[in-house]
Amino acid sequence: MENQMKRGLLDVCVLAAIKIEDSYGYQIVKDMSSFVEISESTLYPILRRLENQQLLTVRTAEHNGRLRKYYHITPAGLDRLKAFEEEWKELKQIYEFVTREEKHE
Amino acid sequence: MNKAEFTQQLQTSLIGLSQEDINRSVDYYTEMIDDRVEDGMTEEDAVAALGSIAEIRSKILEEVPITKIVKEKITPKRSFSAGEIILLVLGFPLWLPLLLTAIIVGLVLYMTFWIIILSLYVVDFSVFISGIASIIVAIVQPAGFFQGMWFAGCGIAAIGIAILLFFGFNQITKGMLFLSKRIGLGIKKLFVGGRTDET
Repeated sequence: MENQMKRGLLDVCVLAAIKIEDSYGYQIVKDMSSFVEISESTLYPILRRLENQQLLTVRTAEHNGRLRKYYHITPAGLDRLKAFEEEWKELKQIYEFVTREEKHE
Repeated sequence: MNKAEFTQQLQTSLIGLSQEDINRSVDYYTEMIDDRVEDGMTEEDAVAALGSIAEIRSKILEEVPITKIVKEKITPKRSFSAGEIILLVLGFPLWLPLLLTAIIVGLVLYMTFWIIILSLYVVDFSVFISGIASIIVAIVQPAGFFQGMWFAGCGIAAIGIAILLFFGFNQITKGMLFLSKRIGLGIKKLFVGGRTDET
């Protein structure tokens, strides 16, 4: 997939992974991996970027005697997902146009 | 490699970033190792699964703005002693021109980059406009039938060339942007990292 497109899609996927409940890095990678290939080192800059854009917030909580970071989606993050749905409708139309079959008389 | 070795190497490879950035990265990757171990992996496997340090470092640098790295590099870590301040003041005629030169060279390189891209599109635009102009001339003021046809033909050809050039230039611009990103990452790598990082 083209780089720029994939980058944008991964951002949305990460937001989707924390849409229902807060999650932590390893869980996000695991949840996403059945849909899209992503490694921890790819996830890291995405999380930083989304945090800088205030689409998610980070809190630290204790887990098994060590600290773990949990990511929480913000209202702006939810808006981003909504916007993606709209964009997707447009993309779907483009897809249908690109893959349309030639009509044989 | 075990967790302690990994942490040590990662820290070394990020020297030059702010302490906060280094800690965040190290915390993130140790959390990943711990979570994998909790999931049933051995520590060594968990470290190996993260990929090479060099790769991790590139990914981390991608999101850190170059200005932040340079700022971190030139901000002194301690206050100057009186002797150093005197030296700085005395050396002023020497280091100021050097600093200015470095800034100007950087700025000029940056401007050149965008001016090349801009000039491509200016050329394209002018070819397009000249095409339109000669068609207008052919219609409004034909000196004769054949000359009019000649102008119209040239105009249409010019417009065609302009459209083709536009797509070509788009590709060149894309390539240049990609290149600039690579150069940016290369510059960041110059500033960041201890000597033992390329393992």
